[in-house]
Amino acid sequence: MNKYEVVIGLEVHVELKTATKIFCGCKTEFGGAPNTHVCPVCLGLPGVLPVVNEKVVEFGVRTGLAINAKVPNYSKFDRKNYYYPDLTKNFQTSQFDLPICEHGYLDIEVDGIVKRIGITRAHMEEDAGKLVHSGKTISSSDSSNVDYNRVGVPLLEIVSEPDIRSSEEAKEYVEVLKKILTYIDVSDCKMEEGSIRADANVSVRLVGAKEFGTRTETKNLNSLKALQKAIEYEVERQIEVIEDGGVIEQETRTWDDEKGITLSMRSKADAHDYRYFPEPDLPPIILTDEYIAGIKATLPELPESRKKRLMEVDDLSAYDANLVIAERFLADFYDEVRKNIDDPKLIVNYLMGDYYRELAAAGLDFKNSPVSTNAFIELLKLLQDKTISGKLAKDIIPVMIKEGKNPKVIVEEKGLVQISDTSAIEAIIIEVIEANPKAVEDYKSGKGNSIGFLVGQVMKASKGKANPGIVNELLKSKLDS
Amino acid sequence: MVKIREIHKQLINREISAVELAKEYLARLEISSSKFGTYLSITGEKAIEDAQVIDEKIASGEEIGLLAGIPMGIKDNISTKGIVTTCGSKILENYKPVFNATVVDKLYNAGGIILGKCNMDEFAMGSSSENSAYKLVRNPWDLDRVPGGSSGGSAASVAAEEVVFSLGSDTGGSVRQPAGFCGVVGMKPTYGRVSRYGLIAYASSLDQIGPMAKNVEDCAIVHDVISGYDKMDSTSANMPSTKTLDIIGKDIKGLRIGVPKEYFGGDEKVLNTLKKALAKFEELGAIVEETTLPHTEYALPAYYIIASAEASSNLARFDGVRYGVRDWDQKDVTDMMSATRDKFFGKEVKKRIMIGTYALSAGYYDAYYLKALKVRTLLKRDFDEAFKRYDVLITPIAPTLPFKIGENIKDSITMYLGDICTVTINLVGIPGIAIPCGFVDGLPVGMQILGKPFSEELLFNVAHKFEQSNDFHLRKPEVK
Ligand SMILES: [Zn+2]
Repeated sequence: MNKYEVVIGLEVHVELKTATKIFCGCKTEFGGAPNTHVCPVCLGLPGVLPVVNEKVVEFGVRTGLAINAKVPNYSKFDRKNYYYPDLTKNFQTSQFDLPICEHGYLDIEVDGIVKRIGITRAHMEEDAGKLVHSGKTISSSDSSNVDYNRVGVPLLEIVSEPDIRSSEEAKEYVEVLKKILTYIDVSDCKMEEGSIRADANVSVRLVGAKEFGTRTETKNLNSLKALQKAIEYEVERQIEVIEDGGVIEQETRTWDDEKGITLSMRSKADAHDYRYFPEPDLPPIILTDEYIAGIKATLPELPESRKKRLMEVDDLSAYDANLVIAERFLADFYDEVRKNIDDPKLIVNYLMGDYYRELAAAGLDFKNSPVSTNAFIELLKLLQDKTISGKLAKDIIPVMIKEGKNPKVIVEEKGLVQISDTSAIEAIIIEVIEANPKAVEDYKSGKGNSIGFLVGQVMKASKGKANPGIVNELLKSKLDS
Repeated sequence: MVKIREIHKQLINREISAVELAKEYLARLEISSSKFGTYLSITGEKAIEDAQVIDEKIASGEEIGLLAGIPMGIKDNISTKGIVTTCGSKILENYKPVFNATVVDKLYNAGGIILGKCNMDEFAMGSSSENSAYKLVRNPWDLDRVPGGSSGGSAASVAAEEVVFSLGSDTGGSVRQPAGFCGVVGMKPTYGRVSRYGLIAYASSLDQIGPMAKNVEDCAIVHDVISGYDKMDSTSANMPSTKTLDIIGKDIKGLRIGVPKEYFGGDEKVLNTLKKALAKFEELGAIVEETTLPHTEYALPAYYIIASAEASSNLARFDGVRYGVRDWDQKDVTDMMSATRDKFFGKEVKKRIMIGTYALSAGYYDAYYLKALKVRTLLKRDFDEAFKRYDVLITPIAPTLPFKIGENIKDSITMYLGDICTVTINLVGIPGIAIPCGFVDGLPVGMQILGKPFSEELLFNVAHKFEQSNDFHLRKPEVK
């Protein structure tokens, strides 16, 4: 069956979440009326000059370090020249031969197998504007309008090596990348707002072949689903062409989401000659070792390393560890709680169990929950010292979420404190034994399960506040004596 | 006689008001500029309004700076808010900038009165001002001759005393060569010394704005105002503005002057005038020696490759989409952009865009652009070596006298060869000042004094010493 091997390289364009654009002071905020987040510089008016936003460089370095890449001391901007009305200067300021970082990698896991995907480079560049056509395409429209709000929004283009072998791996690679980028706080990675999108270079070759097949590049895949489907379509299409005795044309293709197919955009012959040359309006970017080390020091622990720690130190299962590290916020929350609660399993059980369920029921998530780490720690402490039972915790958590109250306060207000006082429980037990001679008889005659009924009666009499462990223990010793 | 100081004194002594002065200059400029073709727009109304503000300040006893009330002309590739800025091109016929160039803001803040926008070769591409899309500029010393270019309007306007000073821009000699041809003083500052923000780029790595005036001190006063760091220009040097007036007048005894032999290959009459000037420097106590800049012969081709390459990219934005004129008669946007550029760019501009596009194309980049960059490095080394031994270098500005209108315009190679003395300075990024050093057949001859990066103050002082030893700067063209 598997006669062909699939070879995929991805170019992922990530919008950096700086407050201002890459070369001017305009806001990068999403939305806004057309052409309101613009100034002479991003509009490319005659005579303007770019000034590099230092935050963009910092984010580039952060990313480079997080994807295990080398960050050189010297890099520079170049001009990529082509004519299109969504550009204001008819060139895009980008990086060509000396990008902000090179030679990185990411480890992904598919079907339990860990695989290393090489990253060739990541370079900084400016985004283009948005064309709104009256018709379907620019050439079939009577008129087009252009919104330059996006022009100059900083992007990082992360280019992988052709190390990816399936659409599954491609999806996983983007997921891992997204997780890292959100962890290091350089991008929101919101695909629906276009803050991360991918181009896929796809080719196929006979299994065992040394040379790569001819590749096609499918542009602007702005959801994980589109990415996977486009790759799958492209693989099938290419195999079919080859099987029919044809050859694959090197070309740029576009993904039609409605039809679920890729379409030819331009052939190699029509490919742009971008005439790259060094951007003369910007001096080279010189980064000292101290600067790079300084940024490295501010990087948070990355997801992979956290996962390892959670499994090795906290003895969590891979499944649980994955749940916890899924989001930087949640992982930080866990770590904070963990400092105070020496029971990783308990933390995960409540975090991902009752707490998560109640949040979801309230239409909230971890990030916008009113429950502070301290409140959560307190809840677990109440459980640990048996002030409350698991059953009580189930009642308390929704109140914490709904009213934003401290669990201790809730417990006091509602008189929910678990009765662990043996004499109080003993008194109830004596009452229950007296009131239920039949059940006592059954127990003594060997019907072991009748003790469950008696425990239930004690709990009922205590309005659920009696510590079930103590109840069990005391009741047994009373009956057996 | 320093014009700026003289006017300043008259203004504060209330011998004349700024408005009277502006009106007087404007009246002369109206007539004179129609003869010389020096202006693309005249801003009379604004000039009077601005002058009124100066008069109010004087009346209220407020202190005014040296440039307050001084009439000036600004080259038409320097952005002036609300004033049409065409770059001498049809493609920007209707373009009004929404912001001022940094230098314009600085001059306005100093009280300078703008009288108009000076004519120029389209997008500063040319050495004769014959490439203006609107009209040619004539040399006030001989109406049949060119004033040089591309800042021909700025230079001729100063020579004809239509304004006290002007701004030009110098990418390969565009301030110095017209200054030389028109017998005025022009400074091409060190790359990065004067902000380029608002200068409509021809070749970004070479362009510098420079002042032009009838004499060295006036030119220096303007330079002191326009120079200095600008955070809007990333290539701007993080240095304070020049303070030339503290230095000017100092002795130049023992000054070491190098004379690079490679620059002395032009017209006999021009060279003899230069030699006399060098003898004058020896009289003034300087040490003059012949020296060499061995890679000079590669400068001109390297310049035309680098300048054209950058221009091909810089001028890409003029496509009719956002501003400027548009050819509406096209079926789609691609055709519209092509037709607009074809129709509204002049011949020389299109030629350089094509040269630059070719030089940057895949397969040619290494042979042309990269090689030109290597030449640039070698040239820098030449100058570094020379400046180890000399304080300044002196060369002619152009190998010929101002040539006749129409004489070179059909022959690009001859026209380009005329830039042989000036382009290297932009490739190397050092400062150079042009001053008149004599006259031949009633036409001015200029020389350029070159210095290390950021040595503008020294250059002004050296030029000033020479100027004070003769009367060249006092001569006036006979305006017929
Ligand atoms: Zn902007």
